[in-house]
Amino acid sequence: MLTEFGRVFVFLIVGAVFVAGGLITAWLIRPHRPYPSKLSTYECGETPVGDTRVRFNIRFYVVALIFLIFDVEVVFLFPWALVYKNLGWFAFIEMVVFLAILFVGYAYVWRKGDLDWDKPAPKVPKYEKGLGVRESPLVEESVAL
Amino acid sequence: MGLLDQKFENGNVVITSLDNLLNWARLSSLWGMQFGLACCAIEMMATGASHYDFDRFGVFFRGTPRQSDVMIVAGTVTLKMAERIKTLFDQMSEPRYVISMGSCSNCGGPYWEHGYHVLKGVDRIIPVDVYVPGCPPRPEALMEGLMKLQEKIRGESLALKKRA
Repeated sequence: MLTEFGRVFVFLIVGAVFVAGGLITAWLIRPHRPYPSKLSTYECGETPVGDTRVRFNIRFYVVALIFLIFDVEVVFLFPWALVYKNLGWFAFIEMVVFLAILFVGYAYVWRKGDLDWDKPAPKVPKYEKGLGVRESPLVEESVAL
Repeated sequence: MGLLDQKFENGNVVITSLDNLLNWARLSSLWGMQFGLACCAIEMMATGASHYDFDRFGVFFRGTPRQSDVMIVAGTVTLKMAERIKTLFDQMSEPRYVISMGSCSNCGGPYWEHGYHVLKGVDRIIPVDVYVPGCPPRPEALMEGLMKLQEKIRGESLALKKRA
């Protein structure tokens, strides 16, 4: 007799055969007449320009992350403001701690210049002696961007 | 690679039986390209809605040419749109069919003489299987056009096409 997992195994086999059967049947009977225009990317009939993979500026990522953090902060502030009178000093101190931690992050972001859209060039550390680490070419590229 | 597609000189009983099965499957679920160009598209929408119920023919409109079998060119094909229609038709996977719906896409319709911006018939850029006359055609006419297309598909074969 089949064990409990044996049944699962049978289901796996049936599922694999089902999918493979469909794919193989389609492979047998379908017409295969490719040409460049047919293989081009679907852009609602427009001629596709460039590649599908578009490089976004990394600064969008930083701004989005900062926005998310302080957005969530505000979301937490609203329920806190509602129950503030009931909880008293406890709620106040808890929220001060929470805000203080986020304020440190805010100060850090400000100091690093992430709030400015025109980002200052990062200071690349230089190692002249020791392990012989030089400026990596990747860092230089990011400066050029 | 289509292993069986147009690889046979003549149909024998196996091929014709398989043909029947394939054609039945294909004509019973003709998925349409979901796009309309002009007032004919309103009639096409009416055909797709519950009263005329295009669904019972297996017509189900898809938003991408990759999943579509039939392109219903419903309306005036302007020269600007003609390039897009050609691209969209190219991007459909085979087997693919075209229904030209309404006078405008059949031959230019009312724009035949003075329409400087209208393509005089969509068959100038893509091969059309069925022409549905009317300005615009009633939903019944579109359904008849689809049934004509189904008749056409019923006669298809995996065997090589015979040249006349």
